[in-house]
Amino acid sequence: MLVRLLRPYLRPRAGPISLVVTLLLAQTLGNLYLPNLNADLINRGVVVGNLHYIWVTGAWMLLITLAISVVAMTGVYWASRISMGVGADLRASVFRAVQEFSLRDMNEFGTPSLITRNTNDVQQIQIFLQVALTMMVIAPIMMIGGMVFAIREGARLLPLLAVAVPLMIGFLGLMMMRVVPRFRTMQVKIDRLTQVLREQITGVRVIRAFVRVPHEAHRFDQANADLTATTLSVNRLFALMMPVMMAILNLSSVAVLWFGGRYAAAGSMSIGNLTAFLSYILQILISVMMATMLAILVPRAMASAERIEQVLRTQPTVIDPPAPRRPGRRDGSVELEDVSFAYPGSERAVLAGLSFRLEPGRTSAVIGGTGSGKSTLLSLIPRFLDASQGVVRVNGLDVREQAREELWSSIGLVPQAAYLFRGTVASNLRVADPEASEEELWRALEVAQASDFVRSMPGGLDAPIDQGGTNVSGGQRQRLAIARALVKRPVLYLFDDCFSALDAETDARLRRALAEATAPSTVLIISQRVSTIMHAEQIVVLDEGSVVGVGTHDELVASCAPYREIVVSQLGRAA
Amino acid sequence: MSFGAGPGGAWRAGMGASAAPPAPGVNLRATLGRLIERLRAERVAMLSALILGVAAVAANVSGPWILGRATNVLFNGIVSARLPSGLSKAQALAQLRAHGQDQIARMISTMSLTPGVGVNLTRLGLILGVAALAYVVGSALTYGQGYLMAGVAQRSMYRLRRDVEDKLARLPLRYFDSHPHGDVLSRVTNDIDNLTTTLQQGLSQLLTSVLTLIGVLGMMVWISPLLAVIAVITIPIAILLSLLVARRSQVHFTTQWRETGELNSMVEESHTGHALLQVFGRRAAASHEFDGVNERLYHASFRAQFLSGIIQPTMQFVSNLNYVAIAVIGGYRVASGLLSLGDVTAFIQYTRQFTMPITQIAGQMNMLQSGLASAERVFEFLDASEESLERESAFGVPGRGAVSLEHVDFRYDPAVALIQDFTLDVAPGQTVAIVGPTGAGKTTMVNLLVRFYEIDAGHILLDGVDYRDLTRDEVRQHFAMVLQDTWLFSGTVRENIGYGRPGASEDEIVAAASAAHVDAFVRTMPHGYDTVLGDDTATVSAGQRQLLTIARAFLADPDILILDEATSSVDTRTEVLIQRAMGDLRRGRTSFVIAHRLSTIRDADVILVMEHGRVVEQGDHEALLAAGGAYQRLYASQFAAADPAA
Repeated sequence: MLVRLLRPYLRPRAGPISLVVTLLLAQTLGNLYLPNLNADLINRGVVVGNLHYIWVTGAWMLLITLAISVVAMTGVYWASRISMGVGADLRASVFRAVQEFSLRDMNEFGTPSLITRNTNDVQQIQIFLQVALTMMVIAPIMMIGGMVFAIREGARLLPLLAVAVPLMIGFLGLMMMRVVPRFRTMQVKIDRLTQVLREQITGVRVIRAFVRVPHEAHRFDQANADLTATTLSVNRLFALMMPVMMAILNLSSVAVLWFGGRYAAAGSMSIGNLTAFLSYILQILISVMMATMLAILVPRAMASAERIEQVLRTQPTVIDPPAPRRPGRRDGSVELEDVSFAYPGSERAVLAGLSFRLEPGRTSAVIGGTGSGKSTLLSLIPRFLDASQGVVRVNGLDVREQAREELWSSIGLVPQAAYLFRGTVASNLRVADPEASEEELWRALEVAQASDFVRSMPGGLDAPIDQGGTNVSGGQRQRLAIARALVKRPVLYLFDDCFSALDAETDARLRRALAEATAPSTVLIISQRVSTIMHAEQIVVLDEGSVVGVGTHDELVASCAPYREIVVSQLGRAA
Repeated sequence: MSFGAGPGGAWRAGMGASAAPPAPGVNLRATLGRLIERLRAERVAMLSALILGVAAVAANVSGPWILGRATNVLFNGIVSARLPSGLSKAQALAQLRAHGQDQIARMISTMSLTPGVGVNLTRLGLILGVAALAYVVGSALTYGQGYLMAGVAQRSMYRLRRDVEDKLARLPLRYFDSHPHGDVLSRVTNDIDNLTTTLQQGLSQLLTSVLTLIGVLGMMVWISPLLAVIAVITIPIAILLSLLVARRSQVHFTTQWRETGELNSMVEESHTGHALLQVFGRRAAASHEFDGVNERLYHASFRAQFLSGIIQPTMQFVSNLNYVAIAVIGGYRVASGLLSLGDVTAFIQYTRQFTMPITQIAGQMNMLQSGLASAERVFEFLDASEESLERESAFGVPGRGAVSLEHVDFRYDPAVALIQDFTLDVAPGQTVAIVGPTGAGKTTMVNLLVRFYEIDAGHILLDGVDYRDLTRDEVRQHFAMVLQDTWLFSGTVRENIGYGRPGASEDEIVAAASAAHVDAFVRTMPHGYDTVLGDDTATVSAGQRQLLTIARAFLADPDILILDEATSSVDTRTEVLIQRAMGDLRRGRTSFVIAHRLSTIRDADVILVMEHGRVVEQGDHEALLAAGGAYQRLYASQFAAADPAA
């Protein structure tokens, strides 16, 4: 998984990677060579009292020390370059992949999940690579190198390793087996506690109104005590790790001195070799420890790699045709011919057999209850979704035969959830047309009944807007979103239930101004409010995914029972 | 990277990665004081851990020295085996000098040996046995210390989280309304989390590092003051180098976190506004912007990684430098007979142990700073001013549902009056509708009625008893409310509906759901009433969420019902059905209804039209329409103004 994901990103970096491995190899060999020199220093210098030899060897050791540092720093430089570079490339790939997603693909993953995959998961891979390119490569080199050198110093002590290494790996394995699942449980419990807290903050009104503070406190205390018990047991278990590892390491050196000492006493091993062997055996054991500890990073990186790969491998459900056609006219007309839509695997279709036309330059409306399929219907027009059956035509041409950018250039959309980007009022409006003049922006704001409050905001058009538009009220957000669509002056407007947060008076004024401003364009309004749509030139009544009536308000009141019901429920009269 | 201390180590380094570490605050010393104050409860455990720690370090530090003795025994044995047996030490020395081997003679002169006798294996075994014992004891004591400190850290954090929870309950609504939820949440989760890690890893490690440093230094001075001086000289070099690097990398780390945050919000924005970017043809522009941030993040993180990565080789260089210096100078001194070989080998092991705690302390200082910054934010939260104390209630409230407001004044902002001289009498069982433009003070009325905010002047009376003579909970027990912002907690549908009335029976829950017309929908869910919901469950639409909260209020069966835009997302036909059910519910119950849709409130007993915090009109639907004032205008705009020609 990890390898498959990373291969295309690592291949172009083969050169730097082999450089890093080479540098690490040199660094490790240097570090291994030092005790060897030290052994010589003792054997040929100290033991025989050769002072000159001590100085020369010392200078040589100093030189190697310097060389090691330079090599190590160069290694870190390239390792950082590679791992951070791969991270940046991965982020760009994920971002671009998501940009091609259709609405359905987005829903499949969920926006928060896609954000995490694009940032946090990539970060995990980055960290893993960085560690892999520095420590993980060192560990095996150090282990093998250490063994080779150790054999040179005294092969007879090697059986000691045969005891110490499995002992260490066995212990670490046992620890991991016990700690990793507990660690996972701990994460779940942290999430749980955070969730309880989040709910208490977001639901503070309900909790207090229903006098459930003690209940929540109890819920929290349970989560808190539960978390504490788990972290305590994990940390106590972890407290065992270092002391045991150190005991194994230290007892190994004691054993080396005991057995090695006997060989040295018998004259089959020199004392210098013995001290060198002591250094090597420590290095081998430390490398084993390091490798095993780093191995626990792998599962986490694997999980992240899997989540990233899922995004990268998703085939967008809506793609441009290989040979797009250009519509002959751009009048904003929309035609639905026997259109059905069902999510794969679902029993019931969301939309079934819809056929109607939006005439160019006319205002049409779709009305229907909660869950009648209004928003799904709207998503078919800009091809956020593809119909399962039937044909949707915009500008007289099947949307599936057009390039999407071409199709979108005709459309001005105001979605149900008004979303504003971080920046200013002006930068938000200019999303629709980067070239728009201030005058044009003010005109759009005027129509959207937003000029008054924009004028009163500090900075006016340059007033800052927070991400999502959270620093303005819901109604203001909707009006700015409407103004944004107006700035584009498209041939086709799609308003998705975007007047809901407006009070009745503003709503009425806005619709009056809007009717004038959008006059030459085709307009589709989706709403639950009769008052919003009753003056449309054509009203489509949707009920459970089917069209149950098409006509003007008066015609429908006369002929369409479901429409009449809606009207009566809202206006209290049928006229 | 350190693995010793806790589950922190490798894992947490990655986990915390998405959130920027808090910036070091100014008041660190005071914060540290408060943190220590909080740890007082653990002083017995901490003192025991300290004692264990000192003992552990003593045992561990003595190890290399004991091994050095073993090396000496070996060396002495081997050297003496080479000397002809039967001679005394002095004779052997004389013989060596005679052969011109002055150097060796000088070295041997300080050694205790008997020429011709080999290695004393019994003595060697004895010394190694002591060393093994020291190591085992040292490890056992280290474990004991870690075990105790885990308890200290986790219990302290349990208490801190408990205090935060208690605090949450005592904070006035004003606090939640005036602080971004994200920030509050971040303080009580991320910051406490960060602090836990600091305590868990930092405290224990810092203790060990400092003790080890002291212990090792002591041993070094004891063995050879000269070599110790050499080793100590390298300390300032090490500290200086790591400080130099750390300061530079800190800058890049800060940049890295800032750019990460930037990228996060950029990605969040593009993904959330996905459809908009597509329709407005802004995908290429978004990609371009993303690439810019991504590039900056790459540069910052590369520099941060590189610079922080350099610390390790730097410390290794210092450590190696030490190693070489000790080996050369030590070797020279052994050869000169001024030092034993065992001392040099022990010393080399000590230098290895010496640089490690220094690097660790540097890292722990960083961590401590970040932890203290978090602690400061948590303490700030704990210090926020609380709700006024409540008077122990002396009055019973019969629960008829009569509400009176007498000359009520209220303002959020001292400079701007929001509700002024508001007077209203509501008889039990009446339905009061409040209408008016956004910002007229409708929702503020709700806040005052359920006593989320305290009024500045005037009185609110519940069944004739002043709110001030009741506890907040006593007031709220008589209310149930449904708000526009529906709140569902993570739990089953059943638990969510039953929230307002603990211990409700299955039949009652189903009846409430049926009355709210949500029973049929619940039954289409995967597990019916056992389906688990969350605050962000996407499968439940806004309308259905409102229905669930209406069912919750139905079940609570209060004296007074507040509906604040309760059906704004419900389609109108369902709304009619609910209203019919609500009509039943409202019977014999006082209710306050706030709605944009005037159709919702047509048959209220009293309709209050509010503008700028004042009631401008009051009366029933027919009377207000006839009056031809603000209500009539509002009504007309809703039903007539859609006509472009009008």
